[in-house]
Amino acid sequence: MSPGTEKTLLAAVTEALDVALAEDPRVLLLGEDIGLNGGVFRATDGLFEKYGGERVVDTPLAESAIVGAAIGLALSGLRPVAEIQFMGFLYPALDQILSHVSRFRYRSRGRFTVPLVVRMPYGGGVQAPELHAESAEAHLVHTPGLKVAVPSTPADAKGLLLSAIDDPDPVLFLEPMRLYRSVKGEVPAGVHKVPLGKARIVREGNDGVIFCWGAMVPPSLQAARRAKEDGFDVAVVDLRTLSPLDRETIGKFARQTGRVLVVHEAPLTGGLGAEIVAICQEEAFWHLEAPPQRVAVPDTPYPAFAVEEDYLPQGATIYRALQKTLKEP
Amino acid sequence: MEMERILDLEGRPLRPPRLSLEESRVLLKAMLLIRTFDSRALSLQRQGRIGTYAPFTGLEGIQAAAVRSLTAADWLVPTYRDTGAAILFGLPLLEALAYWKGFPDSYRAPADRQILPPSVPIATQIPHAAGIGWGLKHQKKEGIVLTFFGDGATSEGDFHEGLNFAGVFKTPVVFLCQNNGWAISVPFHRQTAAESIAIRAQGYGIHGRLIDGNDPLMVAEAVQEAAERARSGEGPTLIEARTYRQGPHTTSDDPRRYRQEDPLETTLGDPVERLRLYLQKEGAWSAEEEEETLQEAREKVAQAVAELEALPRPSPESIFEHVYGAEPPFFQQQRDRFLATLKEAQE
Repeated sequence: MSPGTEKTLLAAVTEALDVALAEDPRVLLLGEDIGLNGGVFRATDGLFEKYGGERVVDTPLAESAIVGAAIGLALSGLRPVAEIQFMGFLYPALDQILSHVSRFRYRSRGRFTVPLVVRMPYGGGVQAPELHAESAEAHLVHTPGLKVAVPSTPADAKGLLLSAIDDPDPVLFLEPMRLYRSVKGEVPAGVHKVPLGKARIVREGNDGVIFCWGAMVPPSLQAARRAKEDGFDVAVVDLRTLSPLDRETIGKFARQTGRVLVVHEAPLTGGLGAEIVAICQEEAFWHLEAPPQRVAVPDTPYPAFAVEEDYLPQGATIYRALQKTLKEP
Repeated sequence: MEMERILDLEGRPLRPPRLSLEESRVLLKAMLLIRTFDSRALSLQRQGRIGTYAPFTGLEGIQAAAVRSLTAADWLVPTYRDTGAAILFGLPLLEALAYWKGFPDSYRAPADRQILPPSVPIATQIPHAAGIGWGLKHQKKEGIVLTFFGDGATSEGDFHEGLNFAGVFKTPVVFLCQNNGWAISVPFHRQTAAESIAIRAQGYGIHGRLIDGNDPLMVAEAVQEAAERARSGEGPTLIEARTYRQGPHTTSDDPRRYRQEDPLETTLGDPVERLRLYLQKEGAWSAEEEEETLQEAREKVAQAVAELEALPRPSPESIFEHVYGAEPPFFQQQRDRFLATLKEAQE
């Protein structure tokens, strides 16, 4: 691993795409405004100039065809990386993703595969307009055949994205908007890969564990640090791949601590927290000291942004839930 | 836009066709083979020997005439209605039948034939075809793409998005609409207020043609010309082939609920009949040849049916095959547990 430089998560995404384009002539980027404009968040900044309009391609404004055509590009032998401008704009493409991306390999009995990546800004917390702050990961995780990754650090953004592009299966790559420019970290230079399906231990601890991902990692860590002041060592695990989930690490920390809290910024009901709690029951039932808890957003549509900070889990609300989990007899 | 045709309803050529008599004879034989398959598949479904089946009765001319322009470098992107096209491009009869019998391992084309699994959600294959064409062009690979869809598909967003992409990226694709006048029970005039689907090509800046789909010589020419355009870098073509659906939508459908007489039947006739009349008038087809061709077709289909019925029931293991290229560990565990539980339960 070469020494890296301090970068934002967004710059790490750009660097991963740059490396992929440089390393593999099969890689092609497609999406809306990703060319000369460099993407609405600038995730593809400079790549159009460097690799040209044949490999960094502005498409018509049509999400279903961006994914549908990416399927065709992949079938023809390329490694397309599609950008959907915001996760809320993924919905027109869900038919392509749920009906085709996820099952080309299955239906063709392994003959025709679609190793593509669909990247998109994900989650809330940046005072964006309506439908620009969605956390719809559960829909994707519930679809067999797909893989889903969510980085929370610049190094993971680069490493997971390069693994996703290399993976034989289609990967939905969710980039937490709130962390795009708010976190900085060391990013290894050159080809740096982080395996899909392996969680990251953010903080060790034996008194409790918080399972989280994306923009929920920083406030979860904040809550764990506050619990430390109360004398509790709480582990924080960034799942970073939501499909497949790292069941081994979930089970290990549930057994090790006996006290589990899951935090997500997607609505509670039918959210991934339910699945993670179920895994804890399956893997660690006899080790649990307290009922596993979930901190999620309520079952409402994502609200207008003037109230989003109240709506989203914060360090303080996670800490309150953690206290309850830790003090349960 | 006028509908182009070469043969009239009595099989008289209105102008000299591009296909030679020998090519036309080969075409008729191909049509008779898939018509035999189609009618046998319908019987098998009625006898409960295969599942729901989507017949292509009346579309044999379009499907047979279209795929004759394809080569080994090309891609066929069919729907569930296009079993005839897939067979004539090289899908084994057994693979086609196994698909309709609900076998997971089915619809597998030989290695030198790129035939995608039939698309089921309407129009969703159209962006795939545009994307494959784009990818071939990008990689400077040989080959073009042929995709089929019906009139109902043209109301879907993916029709619009796919054709628009194909136009913008000037991809080597032939978009072939089999306008049979019906989307299950809904007639064509309920799909669009436009006079034709072909005129929409103009809206995408691509080449469009409206042809008589029950005139196999016309279809053969139009697709050949569209394929030539695609191969020479002139981009996509939208062909609307007017035809009519002789049978039900699928074997689960009862057209008597919504359709009495179809005026298209009298204006378009039957494609097999029209090509046969033409060849007979030219002295290039006889009743003996017809019987010989049908006999051979019946034997081929019977052989495939015998092979189908000799296939063992698919294993429950097949449920778990080809879901992932890199299988997650829990997926493997799940398979092992599921199969063990199933085995125990069945003992």
